[in-house]
Amino acid sequence: MQSEVMFAGFGGQGILLSAKILAYAAMKEGLEVAWVPSYGPEMRGGTAYCTVVVSDKLIGSPIIRHPMHLVAMNRPSLEKFAPMVKPNGVILINSSLISIDSGRDDVDEIKVSVNEIAGKAGSVRSANIVALSAFVARSKIVNFDILRECVKKEFAKKAKLIPLNMKAMDEGRDAALKN
Amino acid sequence: MGKTFQKPEALTDQITHYCPGCTHGIIHRLIAEVIDELGIRGRTVGIAPVGCAVLAYNYFSFDFQEAAHGRAPAMATGIKRVRPDLMVFTYQGDGDLASIGMGEIIHAANRGEKFTTIFVNNAVYGMTGGQMAPTTMPEQRTTTSPFGRDVEDVGMPIKVAELIAALQTPAYVVRRTVLKPKYINKAKKAIKQAFTYQLEGKCFSFVEIVSTCPTNWGLTPLESIKWAEEKMLPYYEPGDYKIPD
Amino acid sequence: MKGNEAIGEAAIRAGCLNYFAYPITPQSEVAEYLSKRMPEAGGVFLQGESEVAVSYMIFGAAAAGARVFTTSSSPGISLMSEGISYIAGAQCPAVFVNIMRGGPGLGGILPSQADYLQATKGIGHGDFRLLVMAPASVQEAVEMVMEAFPLAEKYRNPVMILGDGLIGQMMEPVEFPENFSVEPSNKDEWATNGMDTRKSDQRNLVKSLFLDPEMLNSHNNVLREKYERMKREEIRFENYNTDSDYNVLLVSYGTMSRVCRTAIDQLKSEGFEVGMIRPLTLYPFPEKAVEDAASKESCTSVASIEMSMGQMVEDVERSVRGKKPVQWFGKCGGEVPTPEEVIEFIKSL
Repeated sequence: MQSEVMFAGFGGQGILLSAKILAYAAMKEGLEVAWVPSYGPEMRGGTAYCTVVVSDKLIGSPIIRHPMHLVAMNRPSLEKFAPMVKPNGVILINSSLISIDSGRDDVDEIKVSVNEIAGKAGSVRSANIVALSAFVARSKIVNFDILRECVKKEFAKKAKLIPLNMKAMDEGRDAALKN
Repeated sequence: MGKTFQKPEALTDQITHYCPGCTHGIIHRLIAEVIDELGIRGRTVGIAPVGCAVLAYNYFSFDFQEAAHGRAPAMATGIKRVRPDLMVFTYQGDGDLASIGMGEIIHAANRGEKFTTIFVNNAVYGMTGGQMAPTTMPEQRTTTSPFGRDVEDVGMPIKVAELIAALQTPAYVVRRTVLKPKYINKAKKAIKQAFTYQLEGKCFSFVEIVSTCPTNWGLTPLESIKWAEEKMLPYYEPGDYKIPD
Repeated sequence: MKGNEAIGEAAIRAGCLNYFAYPITPQSEVAEYLSKRMPEAGGVFLQGESEVAVSYMIFGAAAAGARVFTTSSSPGISLMSEGISYIAGAQCPAVFVNIMRGGPGLGGILPSQADYLQATKGIGHGDFRLLVMAPASVQEAVEMVMEAFPLAEKYRNPVMILGDGLIGQMMEPVEFPENFSVEPSNKDEWATNGMDTRKSDQRNLVKSLFLDPEMLNSHNNVLREKYERMKREEIRFENYNTDSDYNVLLVSYGTMSRVCRTAIDQLKSEGFEVGMIRPLTLYPFPEKAVEDAASKESCTSVASIEMSMGQMVEDVERSVRGKKPVQWFGKCGGEVPTPEEVIEFIKSL
């Protein structure tokens, strides 16, 4: 079984990082994984996106036109990529910054105000972690506890940020499950 | 009674291909003597340029690499970075160093690479048949400046020693000449000083040597010396342009 | 690990502690990674002033007997091609990694396979070849980079790893081979490593100039014999679904071959069999493997699938020797054909 997650948003929203943490978690679960960034000028503040391909067998094409899931952190990303998502996938909408719907009725659409939640948890900079944990809690693409370990590991060198990010994870998960 | 004069060990027995009156032979000999005196033949690597001295490796009796046009300082950088214990020098002419290889020499000097460059300036492309070089004197006729170098059109000759000395990185940068015996000893001292700085791992060292090219200048060897003294030395003044602390 | 970082680490694990480079997208992360990692490992890192200069730093270091490598991307490789010709002419071992982007000129920065002909046929002036290997995953990039050093030393010839932007930018799990022999071969026979180093009175000369035509001719014959030996000993490729009675045979390498694999799996589930030969070495090219696979009775056509406007297809045609029709399908400029597009093309055959 293969599934693909596209993380998309402005450069600076931590898109590449949340994708990387998901990739590590999948790797920890023993799955094949490929992390494929968009690169180039769009890295500088425009729309950045990054795809994580997770599979139980060797991954063929790492270039994905139609991902299974989408985590949209800003409106241009949602508008651009929502139509590409495969039916029955999860579309996570960052409702802090996006006031519209995906316009799809064949997907599992969830709205999470990740910026507000992150702000309340301690820092708006952990919005990407809120989105990641909300997405994982909803899609169950990887085990949530393994994801938690990977987030901890990512912040190992800045240990004082760990409690804040753990809180962000809990809040993100709760928001996704309530949705 | 022992020999009072003999060929340096650092030179081979091969007879050079240089033209009568050419100063490359003298400069080769000075380098070889310095290498013998410092006892470094076994750990020296020379780099030959593209130009008349492309075959210099035939005349020296230690390890040699042959570079592409102007790239000798980049090759020397490569060697010196991976083998700082080797003694490395580039031997370059003015077409090679001051034209196509200007980027490489400036950056190597600016990084303070710990090798030595012997820069032979005879104001003309020798091997390719006497074309205009960046160092060709104003009004000087060459096969590509048949009416004399027009500085309005192609600018003034480049004073390389001064250019390199303008860099902020510490270095040993001097200009000498081998036009007459009285200059030759000074040139040798400078070459020895340059190698000594390298031996001490102190800095980049650069010795420009004002030379002649009777063949391409269309002069006899003696006329060439006179021309170089009168035309070149006032412009390319011998002297110490930068000395490390 | 990200492909570019894995490539840098692989070189260190292969005992190559000397890296000279110039930044260019999409492979600058190699230099960024090694600028930290090389000093840690006690190695040499230097950012040169240009790709031209870098190619000669590589030449100088290789001639002095060191294991040395660089990485660049298409326009940078063009600049290095001057030095590569000298290195091949002077028979020095060195490894060049080209993380290809679209061209010609500045082209773009997205993944491409547009330098196939440059790498395999004509990277610089004169009569020489590179041993060219093409990875399709980060893991394979690591393995190929590590193998490249002993191969370069075996043949005293530059080896090129030809990846595309995706190989450099993608992150995939990597395992570094253990028990890899990091000991460089003895180069005392030819390297200008100093007579004292090799305790010899015989001086060594590294050069590519042979003014005597007879000598240059025999030098070229020596080089040719090396390339013939590569053809005998180094050809590598992978078969995919060639046990089936395939109607169509694909030839594809690198990232493109992964897209083809997905397309082949999809077609198989629809009851349509397609086989694939994936060259791992582009030079020497697996001519016989392609010819044999194309000769299979069930096979009615052959297609070269590339992220270029049809470069490898020339080698595929040459290999198939007119036995079956050969087509090309591809896209350029950073457009990677999707599995769906490959499927559509195959169905159109």
